[in-house]
Amino acid sequence: MSNVIQQGPMHDFTEVLRHSPFHDRIEQQSQIKSWSSWNGYQTARVFDSLSAEYFAVRSSCSVMDLTPMEKYSITGPDALKFLNRLVTRDISKIKPGRVTYVVWCNDDGKVLDDGTIFHLQQGEYRLCSQHHQLDWLLISSLGMDVTITEETHEVAALSVQGPTAYSVLTAAGFVGLDTLKPFGILHTTFNGIDVTISRTGYTGDLGYELWVDPANALLMWDCVFSVKQRGLYDIRCIGLEALEMVRIEAGFIMPGDDFNTAETTIRAGHDRSPFEVGLGWVVNFEKGHFTGKQALLKELASPIQRRLVKMSVEGNKSPDESFIYDSKNGKNIGAIKVQCWSPILKANLALADIEYANGKPPAELWTEIFYKKELAWRVQWARCTASETAFWTHPRRSATPPQRY
Amino acid sequence: MTNSSAAVNPKSAIIIGGGHNGLVCASYLAKAGYSVEVLEARSSVGGGAATSQFGDGFQVSGLAHVLHSLHPTVCKDLKLAESGLDTGAAIQTIALDAMGNHLTLGKNDVTGSGLSAEDIKAYSEFKQEFRDYASALEPLMMNKPPRLKNMDNKDKFTLAKLGWKLRFGLGGDAMSEFLRVGGINIYDVLNDVFDDPRIKGAIAVDAVMGQHMGPRTPTTVLTYLHRVWGETQSQSSLPPGGMGQVAKALLADAKGRGVKIRTDAKVEEIIVSQGRASGVKLASGEQLNAALVVSNADAKTTFLKLMDIAELDAMFAHRIHKTRTNGNVAKLHFGLSALPTISGLSTDQLAQRLLVAPDLRYVEHAFNHAKYGEYSQQPILEITLPSIADPSLAPAGHHVMSVSASFAPYALKQGWDEQQRKAFVDTVIAVIEQYAPGFANTIVAQELLTPVDIEEQYHVTGGHWHHGELAIDQSFMMRPVHGAAQYDTPINGLFLCGAGAHPGGGITGIPGRNAARRIIDMGRS
Repeated sequence: MSNVIQQGPMHDFTEVLRHSPFHDRIEQQSQIKSWSSWNGYQTARVFDSLSAEYFAVRSSCSVMDLTPMEKYSITGPDALKFLNRLVTRDISKIKPGRVTYVVWCNDDGKVLDDGTIFHLQQGEYRLCSQHHQLDWLLISSLGMDVTITEETHEVAALSVQGPTAYSVLTAAGFVGLDTLKPFGILHTTFNGIDVTISRTGYTGDLGYELWVDPANALLMWDCVFSVKQRGLYDIRCIGLEALEMVRIEAGFIMPGDDFNTAETTIRAGHDRSPFEVGLGWVVNFEKGHFTGKQALLKELASPIQRRLVKMSVEGNKSPDESFIYDSKNGKNIGAIKVQCWSPILKANLALADIEYANGKPPAELWTEIFYKKELAWRVQWARCTASETAFWTHPRRSATPPQRY
Repeated sequence: MTNSSAAVNPKSAIIIGGGHNGLVCASYLAKAGYSVEVLEARSSVGGGAATSQFGDGFQVSGLAHVLHSLHPTVCKDLKLAESGLDTGAAIQTIALDAMGNHLTLGKNDVTGSGLSAEDIKAYSEFKQEFRDYASALEPLMMNKPPRLKNMDNKDKFTLAKLGWKLRFGLGGDAMSEFLRVGGINIYDVLNDVFDDPRIKGAIAVDAVMGQHMGPRTPTTVLTYLHRVWGETQSQSSLPPGGMGQVAKALLADAKGRGVKIRTDAKVEEIIVSQGRASGVKLASGEQLNAALVVSNADAKTTFLKLMDIAELDAMFAHRIHKTRTNGNVAKLHFGLSALPTISGLSTDQLAQRLLVAPDLRYVEHAFNHAKYGEYSQQPILEITLPSIADPSLAPAGHHVMSVSASFAPYALKQGWDEQQRKAFVDTVIAVIEQYAPGFANTIVAQELLTPVDIEEQYHVTGGHWHHGELAIDQSFMMRPVHGAAQYDTPINGLFLCGAGAHPGGGITGIPGRNAARRIIDMGRS
């Protein structure tokens, strides 16, 4: 008999936040130890300087640990049928080696979450989502011959984004990126390890996401950063705060931050449909049934009540959590959900949830900004301009082959 | 076979399942000018209202054996008397006592030796009170359950009638009392009202038989009210010729109205495209089209077995999947060479409805086993000897005994193998022997239908009497689940008309009637 306590698959209850497979390197790189939880993983908010990290995405090359993103493997004879019933888009159009952006709803046609579906191999899919979705996926799998496995902790992922991302990865020795189109997937072997690369991202810029076995995570990290050590290109780790800025510029939404997800909403009317968050373009009524289809068809029959809109706010004062009015001193018609100062566009950008009257956007949008000068509160009105297109996009995002720098 | 939807008569309906509710629904629809075809998987119609044969020349009501709630509105609307419906003479309930001090529980009065004057008085008052409560619910039972959100005018009217009946029909005090007891358990109520354990045991049977509930289970007052509701409208009886005679009358009526009836026509699939049901596919491969498909099958069969689940929203399918539908009542049929002798009962009394449930503890203990997937070691029994009133049911000189025995859970821990089946039959026989010594020696034929057999033979998921528990969370506007509680379903053109729909099981005909009325109303607008 030994006194050694059996090391089982038990959760280590002393571990408050989980460490990602890249943690050793991230810990080294973190200058200010600004940590936050992302899906239970210890994640850097900022490594050293937010503006430097932001400009790494927009002007050079950024690296971010994507491991905490929820990942599910979806396989089996009914995998496609399952996904097509789950999400609003037609997944039968997604060929092997392709990725698509998706959103899924509850029975009432209210958004539960958004994410991406990777068609890894014929009939083998990976669903990535912002929030934990295993319960909903299992509920949705009733009566279907499909295997759903959460693989969040079993797949390490690294996002490499920025104008020089292609040059960096090519210099690191990855082959085949010249022909990889946006939303394409490349399965490759690199220094003897299997790596899957997708040309995807959350920045609106040129970028890739690298997917690897956690056992090989550090090896891959070191290969990427060797490019910097060799003095070829600058590469900078970025945290959640820089990511937040670039995703607002790129017009990407964040369920749970920009609007309530359906399963976390308590009050009636506080959840949102895809149309209400500007995702009508991913709803396909032509395909077969999907969860929420009847409710969404019914919603379309009457004028839209409200919209999450992208807008710029005049001036340089931060309209953080400000109300939106239909005129200066007018009626309160909504509020700003997220906002940032865009250094590259020199503008205040925001996503706001606003009421539409008779299905039409308000003629004018105003916000009342409270701000402090030397700790004294002041208030100022600012005009807002709604935009249906993203504030930031760049031709290099979709150029194939990407431009070398 | 019609493929073009333009050619389909908008007033054509296919009814899946020729059970009593399917036949009632068919007749009401035909009466309103619909062209109706009923498809029954079995070789005879009637569903739970069936007369079946066993042994050598014995006949018995195959599933339901006491007619206690066939609604007079259905009888009147469909003129069932003209179709030859004979419900038989009224019977009473006799609570058996091992010492021979049996009680006779009538609609209003209880008689028997050893009863206190207080209990005799309390019984009459209790029955009247509960019939009043049940009557107050009548507007709710006879209409589609009102939605609480997005009400239509009918819903508002139903709620107004219900509110009026509760407040002014019952009166302020009785309404308060109703609201107090409506959601609680029958155990507390009975202990509050009665002293005599025999009365309490017998009434508890009506509250729990057919459910996965013991007397202490919350909402057993509601299940009792459901039972008493039948009493407000009709009497308990054993139809001559068995329950199949009720089906025969319904069949004759439906046929008279031009309803096409096909037996041995098992529906394998409800054809759904673009959110609309357009017909059915039979096991033979034959396809039939109609503007409306009305399912008398239980909700799990309808949504989870007969159609592609991908046609349903995920949470709706999940909620249907999670409804509680495991039955707990086994049916036993005995062919007897002689009438059993129960000390203190005359032949005339043997012809009544006999209960074995001597006290509340007995009933609760019987249920305890079911919680753990075991059958009751001391089951509660509802016994009838229909051959006393109708000798044609048994060979000359013989008798037939029909027993509903609870609890015999669908999901028996060891499974209903031959050993378990025999052990359960022996258990039931041993219980009957305590009241009718020598009974076992007179058995010449026997048959056991466990809930698993009922599921297979009668195509009812879980073999549940009511196609699903009548608990409050599966009743009214939540029966079988919200979103399908008003007979129409998330699939356009697909309706429910069976016991799984409001107001639930029993040979009432009301789910079938209410569903037809809903279909006709929706067809108008």
